[in-house]
Amino acid sequence: MATQILMPALSPTMTEGTVAKWLVSEGDTVSSGDVIAEIETDKATMEVEALDDGVIAKIIIAEATQNVAVNAVIAILTEEGESLSEADLAAASHSALASAPAPSESSQPSAPAPAPTLAPAPIPASTSAPAATTAQKAEGKRVFASPLARRIAAQNGLDITAIKGTGPHGRIIKMDVEDALASGVTGSSAQPSATIVAEAPRFVPHTAMRRVIADRLQQSKQTAPHFYLTVECEIDDLLAVRKQLNEFAPEGVKISVNDMIIKAAGYALMAEPDMNGFYAEDGCSYYHTADICMAVAVEGGLVTPVVHSVEKIGLAEIAAITADLATRARDGKLDPSEYAGGNFTISNLGMFGIKEFSAVINPPQSGILAIGAGEQRPVVKSGELSVATMMSVTLSADHRIVDGAVGARWLQAFKRAIETPAIMLL
Amino acid sequence: MANTKTFDVIVIGGGPGGYVAAIRAAQLGLKACVVEREHLGGICLNWGCIPTKALLKAAELRHSLTHLEEYGIEVNGEVSVNIEQVVKRSRKVASRLSAGVAHLLKKNKVEVISGEASISGKQSDQWAVSIAGEAPATVTAKHVIIATGARARQIPNMESNGTTILSYKEAMVPKSIPKSLLVVGSGAIGIEFASFYRDMGVEVTIVEALERILNAEDEEVSAAAHKAFEKRGMNIHVSASLKSLTETKQGVDALVDINGKQQTIRVEKVIMAVGIVGNTENLGLEKTQVKIDRGHIETDNLMRTAEAGIFAIGDVTGAPWLAHKASHEGIMCVEAIAGAKNLHGFSPKQVPGCTYCRPQIASVGLTEAQAKAQNYQVKVGRFPFIGNGKAIALGEDEGFIKTIFDAKTGALLGAHMIGPEVTELIQGYAIAQTLETTEAELMNTIFPHPTLSEAMHESVLDAYGRAIHF
Repeated sequence: MATQILMPALSPTMTEGTVAKWLVSEGDTVSSGDVIAEIETDKATMEVEALDDGVIAKIIIAEATQNVAVNAVIAILTEEGESLSEADLAAASHSALASAPAPSESSQPSAPAPAPTLAPAPIPASTSAPAATTAQKAEGKRVFASPLARRIAAQNGLDITAIKGTGPHGRIIKMDVEDALASGVTGSSAQPSATIVAEAPRFVPHTAMRRVIADRLQQSKQTAPHFYLTVECEIDDLLAVRKQLNEFAPEGVKISVNDMIIKAAGYALMAEPDMNGFYAEDGCSYYHTADICMAVAVEGGLVTPVVHSVEKIGLAEIAAITADLATRARDGKLDPSEYAGGNFTISNLGMFGIKEFSAVINPPQSGILAIGAGEQRPVVKSGELSVATMMSVTLSADHRIVDGAVGARWLQAFKRAIETPAIMLL
Repeated sequence: MANTKTFDVIVIGGGPGGYVAAIRAAQLGLKACVVEREHLGGICLNWGCIPTKALLKAAELRHSLTHLEEYGIEVNGEVSVNIEQVVKRSRKVASRLSAGVAHLLKKNKVEVISGEASISGKQSDQWAVSIAGEAPATVTAKHVIIATGARARQIPNMESNGTTILSYKEAMVPKSIPKSLLVVGSGAIGIEFASFYRDMGVEVTIVEALERILNAEDEEVSAAAHKAFEKRGMNIHVSASLKSLTETKQGVDALVDINGKQQTIRVEKVIMAVGIVGNTENLGLEKTQVKIDRGHIETDNLMRTAEAGIFAIGDVTGAPWLAHKASHEGIMCVEAIAGAKNLHGFSPKQVPGCTYCRPQIASVGLTEAQAKAQNYQVKVGRFPFIGNGKAIALGEDEGFIKTIFDAKTGALLGAHMIGPEVTELIQGYAIAQTLETTEAELMNTIFPHPTLSEAMHESVLDAYGRAIHF
């Protein structure tokens, strides 16, 4: 009995992923638990294990295929000695075709087609082959171009992805290719033109992470009406407390300012529960715990692992958790469940000397707090000029669920916890 | 001053160029009006494309009814034509569509103003157009589109007299069927009338000054049409110039110079179909920078004239004189006015041409000779309808489809067809050209069986030596 190996859902929000790498080939014998492929999800690379013993009869989704829908058949496993029926292949390829719309280098539109015994349609190789190959050149990025434009580009060694289309919906048409040729833009395989021309911009195909960042933040800015509140917090006391705490912290644990900010945000979410929810079409939902995401910059993007129930745990534990999450995030080793969910996000650019900034809400959350650098500034206290360590924080809130006063009260609570760190002991 | 109204766009002329431009303008949120002096729908709808198709349908039916025995059908009785009813039906079709245009304009909130428009001047960026007619008025707008169309070209001393020497307009509403007819000019208009009257039983002679009929078509199509028409009993004289027309008691004596030999052709009636000239007069264009060349307004490929804010579309801008060209130009022109990006304009060669004679003729793109003159290395495919099952079953296996490809890139340079229903087929190649397909996509497209369109596929295959059924 052939078993279909499906694209796994590695997190509740995952709808599609990239088959990053196959670690087995067709015909390989595998045992249950063997790692057979690497799947790149929105924020991490995950390994897929075989769930049964058997032989990899057919790899349906080729390596580096992007946007493969969850539950699409990516390979077929058979029992040893069993041969694959056409029905199995047909079912699998149907699923694959339906779920892998974006062609990539190795997944020619006809690649998943079943019935390998059928001879392909006779195509005059000399004329149609170049068009077919250039079409796939962009490594998964679908290029809209007319067949004639593709062919002329190919014949002239022109990289079609470097051409701006002026046809309907930006489709690249013959005229665009001819204009590009006339202006001396060339592809990698062509001889450099004598005229000095701008080099084609460096093209980087989207990673799953880049797509998710683009999709979600665009969705956020387009659907969530953001408003921004900024407050300045004096952090001299907080810094002093942190120093004391670190003297007594367990071996290997170092509490950072960021950990204390997370704790303070957790306190504020509990103090101002109207801030701790999310907006949906039918109504707003509110959480009972303070699950706080921290934005971690990683190569090629960022991830937002979650510290759960911040209100229930102490600073030492938060510090241990955040250190572990940050390290594994940078190594791309986070489990998707570790960055799924979260009620609120902290984004800190203070270490870059950013004084203050406004962050984009991570949907469906109701808010994100942007942390600026802590720095000594002149402040006036009781009519006297003095120096204090100040930190500007800006709350971005989704006005569909949070009103100005709610956001302001939340910031008051946050500022209270930061400026009176003893509150964190409560 | 009487009424003054301000619009975004004033369209002068309510033909297929003008009314379509106005509707597109309304769709784009521009306030538009159409000034029409006679009838909405223009020549196309009232005195051109549409009523002639109604006439040709009657002619085709007459032809079919006289050839029923080929299909095993016997009718007892005589087939006769009531020309009065044929014309009446043709006029009814035209008026129904004209009313339809009025409705469409109303639905799109385009104001229709009756009268003759003339550009009277410009104040700041607003053009003023005065309208003479039942309700004189002045309208102003930043953009004026001239879509006034064209009329039959008249040759001095051979002007139509409405009784024996006819222009297309009179030829369309015959009171009786003449015994004999001379058609002067073998463009689409002349050929359609020749075809119509021949099927109505008239003795038809065609005189063409150039060396072949249907000069705009590919040479092979011209030759095939020539042969088909002769087979239908028409007399065709090419390289023949008309010297004079003399009215006689019986009709008209036409003195024709055929290859240097003078000959008198005696006929009952003459149809003059020797081209058309643009309606550029009395529009106030002399007050503008608009340039007129040999009866047609000059424009760039986005229909802009030499005067800012004044545009011209359709027949008034020159050949090809086709309704669909006018409509397309109207749409493009208005989109340019509305600020659309990436408008490329189009070449006249992208406009498909159809002649509704029997057999039908349709083409798009370059002829073989034009392609070669432009230094293309060509691959030419031909497929005759005698190799097409559907055509044989229909009993209409005359004609062929010719396709011309650029050998280097596989671009479809042109397609030329003569045969059954080819006017309905040509759009397939027009789409292929617009989408910039190469021969590969056309070959890989599945054409349904049994249809005439299979011949389109085979012609492409033949260009690459791969035709299956011939």
